[in-house]
Amino acid sequence: MVVNSVHWFRKGLRLHDNPALQEALNGADTVRCVYILDPWFAGAANVGINRWRFLLEALEDLDSSLKKLNSRLFVVRGQPTDVFPRLFKEWNVTRLTFEYDPEPYGKERDGAIIKMAQEFGVETVVRNSHTLYNLDRIIEMNNNSPPLTFKRFQTIVSRLELPRRPLPPITQQQMDKCRTKIADNHDLLYSIPSLEELGFRTQGLAPAVWRGGESEALDRLNKHLDKKVKKKNNRPVFPSSCLHQLRKRCSPPLSLFGQLLWREFFYTAATNNPNFDRMDGNPICVQIPWDQNPEALAKWAEGRTGFPWIDAIMTQLRQEGWIHHLARHAVACFLTRGDLWISWESGMKVFEELLLDADWSVNAGSWMWLSCSAFFQQFFHCYCPVGFGRRTDPSGDYIRRYIPILKDYPNRYIYEPWNAPEALQKAANCVVGVDYPKPMINHAEGSRLNIERMKQVYQQLSHYRGLSLLASVPTIQEEAEPPMTDESQTSSGPDSPSRDLADSDAAGCSTAPDSSTAAQHPDPDEAAQPPCVSSHQLQPGQPASPSSSSCPTSSPSPSPASVAQRRKGIARKARRNQRQRGRPSYPPIARGEEREEAGGEERMEEDVEQEEERMEEEETAAQQQ
Amino acid sequence: MKRMKEGDEDSNGSPSKSPPEACKKVRKMSGESETVATSESPDCNWARLPQELLLHIFQYLPLLDRAYASQVCRGWNQAFHMPELWRCFEFELNQPASSYLKATHPDLIKQIIKRHSNHLQYVSFKVDSSTESAEAACDILSQLVNCSLKTLGLISTARPSFMEVPKSHFISALTVVFVNSKSLSSLKIDDTPVDDPSLKVLVANNSDTLKLLKMSSCPHVSPAGILCVADQCHGLRELALNYHLLSDELLLALSSEKHVHLEHLRIDVVSENPGQHFHTIKKSSWDAMVRHSPKFNLVMYFFLYEDEFGPFFNEEIPVTHLYFGRSVSKEVLGRVGLHCPRLVELVVCANGLRPLDEELIRIAKHCTQLSAIGLGECEVSCSAFVEFVKMCGRRLSQLSIMEEVLIPDHKYSLDEIHWEVSKHLGRVWFPDMMPTW
Repeated sequence: MVVNSVHWFRKGLRLHDNPALQEALNGADTVRCVYILDPWFAGAANVGINRWRFLLEALEDLDSSLKKLNSRLFVVRGQPTDVFPRLFKEWNVTRLTFEYDPEPYGKERDGAIIKMAQEFGVETVVRNSHTLYNLDRIIEMNNNSPPLTFKRFQTIVSRLELPRRPLPPITQQQMDKCRTKIADNHDLLYSIPSLEELGFRTQGLAPAVWRGGESEALDRLNKHLDKKVKKKNNRPVFPSSCLHQLRKRCSPPLSLFGQLLWREFFYTAATNNPNFDRMDGNPICVQIPWDQNPEALAKWAEGRTGFPWIDAIMTQLRQEGWIHHLARHAVACFLTRGDLWISWESGMKVFEELLLDADWSVNAGSWMWLSCSAFFQQFFHCYCPVGFGRRTDPSGDYIRRYIPILKDYPNRYIYEPWNAPEALQKAANCVVGVDYPKPMINHAEGSRLNIERMKQVYQQLSHYRGLSLLASVPTIQEEAEPPMTDESQTSSGPDSPSRDLADSDAAGCSTAPDSSTAAQHPDPDEAAQPPCVSSHQLQPGQPASPSSSSCPTSSPSPSPASVAQRRKGIARKARRNQRQRGRPSYPPIARGEEREEAGGEERMEEDVEQEEERMEEEETAAQQQ
Repeated sequence: MKRMKEGDEDSNGSPSKSPPEACKKVRKMSGESETVATSESPDCNWARLPQELLLHIFQYLPLLDRAYASQVCRGWNQAFHMPELWRCFEFELNQPASSYLKATHPDLIKQIIKRHSNHLQYVSFKVDSSTESAEAACDILSQLVNCSLKTLGLISTARPSFMEVPKSHFISALTVVFVNSKSLSSLKIDDTPVDDPSLKVLVANNSDTLKLLKMSSCPHVSPAGILCVADQCHGLRELALNYHLLSDELLLALSSEKHVHLEHLRIDVVSENPGQHFHTIKKSSWDAMVRHSPKFNLVMYFFLYEDEFGPFFNEEIPVTHLYFGRSVSKEVLGRVGLHCPRLVELVVCANGLRPLDEELIRIAKHCTQLSAIGLGECEVSCSAFVEFVKMCGRRLSQLSIMEEVLIPDHKYSLDEIHWEVSKHLGRVWFPDMMPTW
């Protein structure tokens, strides 16, 4: 029987380590590599020109690599559901292969295509290569819910077998076996579109700082691994789409594993949560009363905040499409809990437009993390828009580069030009309020307010214990004001865990309720002091909260500590490597790989797991409210 | 609201009326009557629920559910309006343009004012950043004439919008409450345009009952205004204000014989413009305060530029909780180590580039009550950090530091520090991790 394969490229735009592509070639008579793109939607989508250019470059690279193998890339215009029936018939397709897309939107799209292929009698082969691990396995190992703390995630991952080794690039020999005739009018029908075709005006467009494509990514990675590239600001871009070659060498440079694991962590948290990118209806996201302030948001997005450090970062982001991860922290903190108190969703959308390496899951996850909306962490610390930059770059070279109007300011005032004496401002040819904006907010006052607001939000979430570092001494208001019940305070539909317990006969009242629900019980003397009411439900349509996760008894018995100890998983290396991040002078893994574990330490490891599980439970419980 | 406090857990043991039990009782009753009178329609049984039980159940229902339930029958509708259910209410005033959250329905507000305002005792207003919302809150306040509030909280959930309401409007609304409610015990009016004359009205009507007053960042109040409160309200146990209102006279007034023990004093030290000069408080005033209220918490939040710390920590100060929101110098932290013997909690968000080693050790040595510490962008060498933890030992119930600021040295690598610190704390500990985005 003739096998006519189509490999559908989406995220993983690469020929190396591409298991689904290998499946397409396997025993096939013809193979066509397809990318589907709808030019009519390109301009409308919230994706900026730099990102489109990056994508087109990646496609060009893919096409030129395929050319070397006497093949071509077929860029088909349209929507997948319209395109595939046509292609199936036209090319007599019998096999469709693609990489597994773990994101909710992708899963839904692919589900429809798989069904359609079935109807056409086309076999579909899907392979996992966008993430290192099978995310569903991780979720399964964590009692069928995604781990919500990074530590917990590391523990789970360290129990898994190592990710499979990367596959070699496809070869000329493989391709020869299933050579497909390229029509003379290929370029007419299936060429890679130009930015103009996508509706962008390219006049005056600055040359790209970061080039897209597999070849470029591999090149950068190899340079990075060879430690030829050391300068911090010169870190290569690793768009997840082009790169998958990380286990080739034994000792990767600092932070690489950590970075990949965080990516994996956010992908795991998002894979079953279609509302992962919003606050409303997102079960892991704390509901925070963010301000809606379009003017302030625009100032931030366009680099007009009046804080040179913030503005320089946003300028670099807009011009080049990439900023250092600490710079991301700085501007994300400034927009949300640090200064402007604007929703992380707005910031996420700006990053989605501008950031070359913005993955849906990682972008939303990182924004939630930094705005203290999820993933349980301390939030006592806010980045100072003046001090943070100054500590990393005292002479302000970074600012001078991206905000040239400030280039003649002395180091002392470059981070806070509004404090410079007027004469100096004039001498530097940049008067604040005229040539450069005044700071849009008093940072000291803003941080004071925001910390109070965060306390307000988190004090309403019982089970949460992250507040103790904000002087939340028990105040006497407890006596003056009756405590509220959680139920009345926020939403709790009939499916909330406590309600479940109350309603089910299984939770007989003779047995002591577990502590997680006990904490929700009102005081006995509340008959005298009624619970406070909230005037509406915060989230009437909130999906059913996973009540199992708040029940400690359902946690799995931890695997023997010694086994967990010995496993030298990637997570462990990552943890170690990540700790060394930012300290290149420190010899990486100076000591032997194996440590002799003392008995006490093994016990400690068990404690770690218990602690993590407990934190998870608290986390889940807190966020269910 | 304060569910997380430990005390709650004890309540299980007592003959509690916790929801599962209450529900079970109900189920039993309805179950029994059902077997007795199966021929009757089932809703008759429910209608027979004693009012007190119904009340009890209603207390655990969100308002919306109660409203639905009130439509079931006349009895339940009556129960819906029982005064007990309306003692406590939180008005949420949000505009669609400025908030993502829903607001209390205007009809509900009208109904509360009409039917239940005399039942209200514990009231709070949560207001978004729009002036409209703050004005709506003021409008409601000025209608609360025939009620006697025990607690009132005006809470800005985003930008402080009460500051944008015309001052006279705000003051007249607030004084309506002060004048009509003669037994206010708790008042939270941070970030509002409250002024000295309105505080005088408060004092004139509520001096016997006032226990808590929070008024951080109220720019229209003067040191004399707050002194008047302290002089008259002898039951005051908790006070929050900005540093510019703090004076030796205020501390002496709070530590007078007539005064009850103060429990919490919260001070925000915020700099409005760089190089601002801050006054000092005499050690003798603090001493008087500690003699009078030996257990009081002094919570101080600093949001200052590094060069503005001159007047602080030169003499002993009874501060218990210290929060440095911006970069603070090694020198100032060194002074903290010398002059804050009562320190319980310390948070340093940022510090210069030199490691904080000696300062931390000094703090461990002199601050013998220290039980919580959080370090943000503060470099510390691993061995100094371990030494610090070792000196404090298990009393450190909170220990938080970002892992990238720990500097490995000849004694400890970053990998070892987690074990070493865990050992001294007697529990599992990790440094905080940041995502590499």
